[in-house]
Amino acid sequence: MKRPKKRANGNGQLISRSIRRWFPLFMGPMVAAFAIGFLWPFIHGIYLSFCQFRTTSDAEWIGFGNYLKALQDESFRYSFGYTALYAVVTLVLINVLAFAVAYALTQKIRGANLFRTVFFMPNLIGGIVLGYIWSMIFDGILSHYNTSILLETRYGFWGLIILMCWQQIGYMMIIYIAGLQAVPEDMLEAARIDGANRWQTLWRVTIPNVMPSITICAFLTLTNGFKLFDQNLALTGGLPYTINPDGSAVHTTEMLALNIYTTFYGQNTAARGTAQAKAVLFFLLVAVISLIQLRATRRKEVQQ
Amino acid sequence: MKKVLALVLALVMALSLVACGSKDEPGSVYWLNFKPESDEALQELAKMYTEETGVEVKVVTAASGTYQETLTAEMDKGEEAPTLFVVGNSAAVDTWGDYCLDLTDTKIAKELNTDAYMLKDADGKLCSIGYCYECFGIITNTALLEQAGFAKDYITNFDKLKEVAEYVHANAATLGFDAFTSGGMDGSSSWRFTGHLANVDYYYESVDDPAAWASCPAEIKGTYLDNFRALYDLMVVNSATDRASLAAGGFDAAAEFAAGKALFYFNGNWEWSGLSDKGMKAEDVTMIPYYCGVEGEEKAGLNCGTENYWAINAKASEADQQATMDFMYWLVTDPEASAKAVSTFGVMPYKQAAESDNPFLAAANNYAGAGNYTMGWMFNYQPNVETYRSALVSAMNAYNADPSDANWATVVTAFVDGWATQYKAING
Repeated sequence: MKRPKKRANGNGQLISRSIRRWFPLFMGPMVAAFAIGFLWPFIHGIYLSFCQFRTTSDAEWIGFGNYLKALQDESFRYSFGYTALYAVVTLVLINVLAFAVAYALTQKIRGANLFRTVFFMPNLIGGIVLGYIWSMIFDGILSHYNTSILLETRYGFWGLIILMCWQQIGYMMIIYIAGLQAVPEDMLEAARIDGANRWQTLWRVTIPNVMPSITICAFLTLTNGFKLFDQNLALTGGLPYTINPDGSAVHTTEMLALNIYTTFYGQNTAARGTAQAKAVLFFLLVAVISLIQLRATRRKEVQQ
Repeated sequence: MKKVLALVLALVMALSLVACGSKDEPGSVYWLNFKPESDEALQELAKMYTEETGVEVKVVTAASGTYQETLTAEMDKGEEAPTLFVVGNSAAVDTWGDYCLDLTDTKIAKELNTDAYMLKDADGKLCSIGYCYECFGIITNTALLEQAGFAKDYITNFDKLKEVAEYVHANAATLGFDAFTSGGMDGSSSWRFTGHLANVDYYYESVDDPAAWASCPAEIKGTYLDNFRALYDLMVVNSATDRASLAAGGFDAAAEFAAGKALFYFNGNWEWSGLSDKGMKAEDVTMIPYYCGVEGEEKAGLNCGTENYWAINAKASEADQQATMDFMYWLVTDPEASAKAVSTFGVMPYKQAAESDNPFLAAANNYAGAGNYTMGWMFNYQPNVETYRSALVSAMNAYNADPSDANWATVVTAFVDGWATQYKAING
């Protein structure tokens, strides 16, 4: 029996009741997929980072040893610094260039749609393929100077930056174009009437209005930079190494994700737990950075 | 919210029940194969066996260089895990020993005609046994050798190898072929040098100090690295490919050799099926030892050994284990099957297995028959193989770009100190 108080809601209640009845049907599959495909592996992964294991179903609890080893690993610390530097450089380059391209292509240029399509297309190619194609391009050029992208750390670094710019600018451009098109025409007109020049209009009106797009793009490029794996593996695979006097090697173009991978598979199985611990640290890092970044840019957004 | 939770849990449970659906079939075989080049033949053999006996045999081949990854993933599949897999060296025994059924005194182990190819763990459990052995060295095109004016058996030491190589390289334009095929340092080819050629040092070190090399040594000396360098340089310099371009790789040495563009090719007997498919004749090729200037090397033979060791999954059901054992037994005893297997694998060290027609293995037998010493596969001891070798590749790339003594010193560091470091990484 329903209490009379609620009757006043009438229609609204009817709808919410049927939502309440049916939402498991609509949400259920998604929640199940999320639980099976994300939650469970995630929790299991955290558990494994405290274990020594060969296969994931055959693990032995050892406590914090893996984390200790991961943090003591020189190559892990190096790849952290390298990845951070890489992420910052790509964050700036990709966003500035993508915004510039988007800005140009929202002016009334002939063939703008064609350009948009062409710029977007690199995104459709998989990372591994791109890595191999670009390694051929770079080596094709560098071989004239008797060197290779695998021989110099800086070539590997800038090579990867060029590759990622080429791949991602088009994607970010699409987001910026959507943002730019949403800038209210009357604001731009008002700015014009008030005598603002183009530069002032860009900085004072357009950019504050596309802040949501900038937030999204900055978020995407930063996390993409940190999570990068395929392109890294295919382009240099971490080469060249610096060989330490004790015979250990620092992989000078190896980023975090690849470092985790080589730890897991390149070494004997005692290191698998260490690799798993690195992966958990890696997750925390990416999560924290993204949250900070999100908060920082959200504050700059204007309310419309 | 509770309803959602209940639904999710019910779904998960239903799924896991489906996954656990019991199967009461007779045993079946799942072979996780290690060599992509033998996949085709194995698939046919599996089909043959199924037709003959009705037992299901599944052969899955891991992509080149990813066996450990694939095995790790497949072993996780419980009842669907491989029943037959490859445990090819002492490091693999350390990793997978628990998964290996003890093969001591089983009917397949009794078929072995030698005890040279058995891998045991620390407790003496027979973890895996070799199903074929292989040899590597310098594949030589004897037809071209004669064309260049040298007798087929002219080369018996490093000086003569050097003489031939330098002569051919200097006259490459008139002869129409060069001395050595390309030696790419990309993943598809670098193992020929960081694994095989490196054996020159390991093997002769093990001759000097057999006790240290009875199991994986904690450190190595690099005594014979100058010999390694001499042979490596000889190959890189006397080749049509510029050494500075080796790092990037992308060459096809097998095709160069098959097309008659080079006289020498560093590789093993398994190349034979590919070369014969490309039209090479068995009488036109042979394999010569790694001559590198070590005293007494006139009596050297080829590098013989194997990484092809069978292990039966101890965690598989008994029916599957039995089916797997029967399949292995059939493969090494059935005349037709073993003939086919031998033609892909080379030699199978089993009493009733067929003879091989591989010219490189014949060369290995000839050297052994003439009383030459066989160079054992000491490189199987390389600790943390992938990591160790990739550091070598990096150092050798730098050396190829600028063949200075300073850069060679880095190669030595990666070779000698890298060994100790990786050994420590494994053994704490």
